[in-house]
Amino acid sequence: MKRYILPLGGFAVLLVFLGVGLRLKPQEIPSPLIGKPAPEFTLTQVEDVRNVFHSRDMRGKVWILNVWASWCGPCRAEHPALLELSRLAVAPVVGLNYNDLRGDSQRWLKEFGNPYQVAAFDGDGTTGIEFGVYGVPETFVIDKQGLIRLKLTGPVTSEQVRDKLVPLVRELNHG
Amino acid sequence: MIPELGNFALMLALSLALVQGSLPLIGAWRGNARWIALARPSAAGHFVFILFAFASLVAAFVGNDFSVAYVASNSNSMLPLYYRVAAVWGGHEGSLLLWVTILASWMGAVALFSRQLPPAMTARVLGVMAWISAGFLLFMLFTSNPFDRLLPAARDGRDLNPLLQDFGMIVHPPLLYMGYVGFSVAFAFAIAALLGGQLDAAWARWSRPWTLVAWAFLTLGIFMGSFWAYYELGWGGWWFWDAVENASFMPWLVGTALIHSLIVTEKRGSFKNWTVLLAIVAFSLSLLGTFLVRSGVLTSVHAFATDPRRGLFILAFLALVIGGSLLLYAWRAPSVGLGGRFALFSRESLLMLNNVLLLTATATILLGTLYPLFLDALDLGKISVGAPYFESVFTPLLLPVLLLMAAAPFVEWKQAAFRDVAWRVSRIAQASLLFGLTAWLGWKFSPTVAGGLMLAVWILLGTALHLLQRLSARGHGVSAGRQAARQPLSYWGMLAAHAGVAVFVIGVALVKGGEVSEDASLRVGDSYVSNGWRYSFTDLRKVDGPNYVAARATFEVRGADGSVLMLQPEKRYYTVQQMPMTEAAIDRGLTRDIYLSLGEPGADGAWLVRIQNKPFMAWIWAGCLMIAAGGLLAASDRRYRLARHAASPEQAPAAAVAVS
Amino acid sequence: MAKRWRALLFCAALGVAQAGETDVVLDQRLNHVAEQLRCLVCQNQSIADSHAQLALDLKREARQQLAEGRSEQEVIDFMVQRYGDFVLYRPPFKSVTWALWLGPFLLLAIGLAALLYNVRRWDQQAEALEEQA
Repeated sequence: MKRYILPLGGFAVLLVFLGVGLRLKPQEIPSPLIGKPAPEFTLTQVEDVRNVFHSRDMRGKVWILNVWASWCGPCRAEHPALLELSRLAVAPVVGLNYNDLRGDSQRWLKEFGNPYQVAAFDGDGTTGIEFGVYGVPETFVIDKQGLIRLKLTGPVTSEQVRDKLVPLVRELNHG
Repeated sequence: MIPELGNFALMLALSLALVQGSLPLIGAWRGNARWIALARPSAAGHFVFILFAFASLVAAFVGNDFSVAYVASNSNSMLPLYYRVAAVWGGHEGSLLLWVTILASWMGAVALFSRQLPPAMTARVLGVMAWISAGFLLFMLFTSNPFDRLLPAARDGRDLNPLLQDFGMIVHPPLLYMGYVGFSVAFAFAIAALLGGQLDAAWARWSRPWTLVAWAFLTLGIFMGSFWAYYELGWGGWWFWDAVENASFMPWLVGTALIHSLIVTEKRGSFKNWTVLLAIVAFSLSLLGTFLVRSGVLTSVHAFATDPRRGLFILAFLALVIGGSLLLYAWRAPSVGLGGRFALFSRESLLMLNNVLLLTATATILLGTLYPLFLDALDLGKISVGAPYFESVFTPLLLPVLLLMAAAPFVEWKQAAFRDVAWRVSRIAQASLLFGLTAWLGWKFSPTVAGGLMLAVWILLGTALHLLQRLSARGHGVSAGRQAARQPLSYWGMLAAHAGVAVFVIGVALVKGGEVSEDASLRVGDSYVSNGWRYSFTDLRKVDGPNYVAARATFEVRGADGSVLMLQPEKRYYTVQQMPMTEAAIDRGLTRDIYLSLGEPGADGAWLVRIQNKPFMAWIWAGCLMIAAGGLLAASDRRYRLARHAASPEQAPAAAVAVS
Repeated sequence: MAKRWRALLFCAALGVAQAGETDVVLDQRLNHVAEQLRCLVCQNQSIADSHAQLALDLKREARQQLAEGRSEQEVIDFMVQRYGDFVLYRPPFKSVTWALWLGPFLLLAIGLAALLYNVRRWDQQAEALEEQA
């Protein structure tokens, strides 16, 4: 009469999956661009519309791209960690100002401080789409060959700076 | 003080539940009449304590006691009184208390209305329900206590989520929980039957009314959720195949299978094992739904704030309750007898087919809902499973059910001849087919819509024909009215519910097939023409609400037939939570809904307006209400209210072996 | 990746705009594409239905690409390259999703087979019991 055991067996399998599911993070969408070339872009800078930033100038360097906006609360929360990151000077931090108004962003940087070596202005979010950005803040680590190696979604914490970003940058710099 | 008393009441209720879960069960096993007799009084006491606890939480909300953490995070002094009460179940902890309160009420109802049940059975049923209550109470007391204090008290609360500040919030969760929790009664009956070995037609007769009422409430609860989403969310959708919606739909489908399976068990004593398994599965899906919403395992708009620790507790509870009951089933089911024989073509086998189809549909929804989790757990990537999947896969499964619905009542029990049945329904079959072809080729509906309409007409005609045949089968001198009055309420229930399904299908088919949705950027003074209606934006002003500020637009809508409507959609901004919200303006009609909602204002002063026309939308709601009414009618059937200890006469020879 | 040179661009794009004659076909194609893409910041909506900023941005991007002559499939592939399979509103039919798409029909087949088998078995068992009695 093993057919009567079937429902219990099926349930046991389900239970295992649900248990594993408790440890997963269903809201995070992994980036399919990891290991692929970072999209090249040319944008004006936030501070000065006459200055232009070409992403291809970063070739040969390991660098960090941080997507942010002045209307984004969690960006404000991660700001101290970004300042710390730029102080450590392991890699240049480039800001991608996403879906924003230049005036608001300038005021934001002035008020809270500018952690970025360069702050690129992506007012309509087109470059963000190229990077698969779906929310702010997001942070990418790009290696010397221009490949994306890491994507962090959500505000960067000091722990992540210490445990993820800095070691990865160091490793990529030596490699 | 009162919150502490409430907390204490919960603890007392827990102790009573533990007593109720042990002594009466052991008493039933051992034949100890005194212990068996403890079941009812302890259920009553349990109910009183839980009610007190619930009342204290309500009091804390009404009195704006922001020293209670839960009140502070879900309420606000500016919140109108009726929403303050609804806010009691606005968050995780309070909704659990609602769950437990409703469970205690069902337990009380079982204790009250079980005079005709053998005392041992009552003891077992109440005992099983007590264990469920104990589990939830432990969960609340240890991880999710609504009475936790916030010291120092907040000056004011964080306000109830503006999306929840609505009539729907007052009505939807209680109705839904009445359904979810109500299935615990069917579950308890099933477990009691397995424990006591008394699994016969009488058991089915006792079980069925409780199941029908729970099912009817679940129908209403799901209806209300859908109805609410329709006018609240602002874009005219009413069913999204969201994980939590699916979590409520699955028990409903299994519940539908169960009430049909119970018919057979009651009438012919067959399918006992299967019916018991269905009862276990229905409630298990209720519990699974509880887990999914509160554990963070799936993303959903409905999900409460998630905490893996809570998720682990519920998972352990699930393992115990569902695992335990399935183990009991595996152990006891083989010794249950068979029941009446039936042929391959008979009403029994068609009802079984109904069950197979409904269960497959349930399994499909479960598969789709959990598939992203499966892939993620196996590290195979992340995908999203949404409406396109469910619609492609669920609809084909539903069509045979609709087909059966009209035909099965014409098929005899035990053995039927296919040719006879086919002859009986041939004319309505032809009429339906003709209607379908007309809809497709004549009125230019798509094949899917025409197919849906055809099946709906098939059901309506079949239901009407069946009623006509019943009425005309009266003896001499009996008027049609008297013949009608002679039909049991369960018959009217079936007619109402089946017709309700047909009405529902008509609504869905026509809305999906014919709805028109257009976005326009309009300024005051502009006009827009869509689908034969002229929409004129005549006014825009600022409006102050009790806890919000709104921009209210006024539209004058003129129809081709000369009718004029005034619609006032709003864009609200709730000041405490700083949340914007869209209040759609809907003009409901028998043959169409006109739906207007405001999007975002552009920098140039023009507003993005979404204009929608949904044909026969009201039929969707009417259908749901008819289905629920059918369930309640069937539950009120006289045969459930008569006190009877003897088993029903149609019992098969091999049934009801009392194992003690 | 094509280089994009953007000066101050003001984003107030509409998903389905009021349009002139030639744009109607474009809008239809856009709608067709938008209905197949999930809005990543909403719950259970396609970007066709949603008014979220990301949805509007993606629709604008899709519209632009369609206007430039890309096919609907190319636009969808563009999105999938950047956002992964998750952005497809309808799960793709690949090896990992065979169970998802074929499962229901398999379950139905199993259910029907089980039904037939069991009805026969019950009948035989009841017949045997009746003969005993």
